Amino acid sequence: MHPAPSIIAFSTFSGLGLGLLFWLGVDNTPPTGWVGFAFFGIAYVLAVGGLVSSTFHLGRPERALKAFTQWQTSWLSREAWCAVVALVTMGLYAFFLVFFGRQLPILGWFGAFFCLMTVYTTSMIYAQLKTVPRWNTALTSWLFLSLSIAGGALLSGRVTIALILLLLAGGMQFLWWKLGDKRFADSGTDMKTATGLGSIGDVRAFEPPHTGTNYLLDEMVYTVGRRHAEKLRLIAFVLMLVLPVILLLLPFPHVFGVLALVSHVAGVLVSRWLFFAEAEHVVGLYYGLR
Amino acid sequence: MTQLPKTTERKMGLVIDLDTCVGCHACVVSCKGWNTENYGAPLSDQDPYGSNPSGTFLNRIHSYEVQPESGPAQLIHFPKSCLHCEDAPCVTVCPTGASYKRVEDGIVLVNESDCIGCGLCAWACPYGARELDRAEGVMKKCTLCVDRIYNENLPEEDRVPACVRTCPSNARHFGDLGDPDSEVSQLVAERGGMDLMPEQDTKPVNKYLPPRPKDMLNDGPREEIDILAPLLAPVVEEPKGFLGWLDKTLEKL
Repeated sequence: MHPAPSIIAFSTFSGLGLGLLFWLGVDNTPPTGWVGFAFFGIAYVLAVGGLVSSTFHLGRPERALKAFTQWQTSWLSREAWCAVVALVTMGLYAFFLVFFGRQLPILGWFGAFFCLMTVYTTSMIYAQLKTVPRWNTALTSWLFLSLSIAGGALLSGRVTIALILLLLAGGMQFLWWKLGDKRFADSGTDMKTATGLGSIGDVRAFEPPHTGTNYLLDEMVYTVGRRHAEKLRLIAFVLMLVLPVILLLLPFPHVFGVLALVSHVAGVLVSRWLFFAEAEHVVGLYYGLR
Repeated sequence: MTQLPKTTERKMGLVIDLDTCVGCHACVVSCKGWNTENYGAPLSDQDPYGSNPSGTFLNRIHSYEVQPESGPAQLIHFPKSCLHCEDAPCVTVCPTGASYKRVEDGIVLVNESDCIGCGLCAWACPYGARELDRAEGVMKKCTLCVDRIYNENLPEEDRVPACVRTCPSNARHFGDLGDPDSEVSQLVAERGGMDLMPEQDTKPVNKYLPPRPKDMLNDGPREEIDILAPLLAPVVEEPKGFLGWLDKTLEKL
């Protein structure tokens, strides 16, 4: 699948921002006043910035509001609703904390729940697709959720929790990669079922329908960079997990905490790039490609 | 609404005969020709006369080489367009309700004025039947020529999809696949019509007729197949008389 920068930025940064909002929502002693303003400010810049960047890949962004109508069937529509509910609720919660120093825990918990639901609905946009076997697993949701709350914990300065959650997210990432490598073969879809000609013999693509490229090949048969996948996986894993964990175990958590955060985010960006670039859509089979 | 109807009154669709398709791409051209100036936005091309041309098409023809266990390889031309699936995954993923499946005939359509061009429906389709138009920013797909098949301004023989009307080898058939007595349903029953990627659970309405077994040209001894030989014997006999003498004399010179 084509790794659109807008989508990679969206899912990474909004996941991080929503993770931070989640921790602020469930905090017993949340920051108030200017400190609170700073924390919520960062969370909103990340979450809203991510959501806005996701509209850049739309063909017709001016009609984006119509995406709220089909919540009964569409995960994308559900995501839009969850994001609005989460951001409005957490906005009210932040308003009372920042300007009146008052915590309304019910708002906080409600908002935190919808922050997680937003990340979950985002993950389901990918996990629902049978056409992309690597994504089509419940592990995709666990991966997105664990990365979001681990990043949020790191961003909110929860060192011990962040350490545990980073290890958890790293484990998810490892599992997702290892199991994902087999999913295309396990899906049972191959050139024989795609063409229905398997009963005659082995099928080979002889000539494609067009001499140039097209939308399908650009969008869904993106093969650039796959040969570097193993190296990129290693880079992502070191940046998102190994380095941050080492940095968090060092003294002076404020200095190294920031470095850990930067490293983690860079690692998640690489991993998210791979999430798309490595994902193979079954339509590639019609072209004899993966 | 992007909720799929439980049943549709009819299941209009295509039956494509892989045995007779000659891969001429005439259906591709007629499809583009009709649909670029009728339902919805035109089917744009990018850099059409330049070094890297591409464009939006609703129907494309692949060609495959199939190698049986014994005997020569077979070349099979393979037209592919929207299969108007009963469980169309492209419809339910749509966030705006632009994609829908019609209750009256089962045709899957895009209401282009509602489409935000997110591309999720194209991701959800295993067959590559949807293409985002790069000029218009909206999703394009086969409409089963919904603006032809009910169009009373057209002569009756033209009230079929453009691809079906134009196919010179009669490899494309149009009709109601929900009616077991229809010609297309009988053709499917007779020839063992099949679904593409049945494991994707999309329940396509369009069916493909597999190629018939090929003649075993290389199996028997050579003489047996030379059925034209008797017909190729010279029909003009040697000239006689003066012309015969002239012929022989001229030959000797």
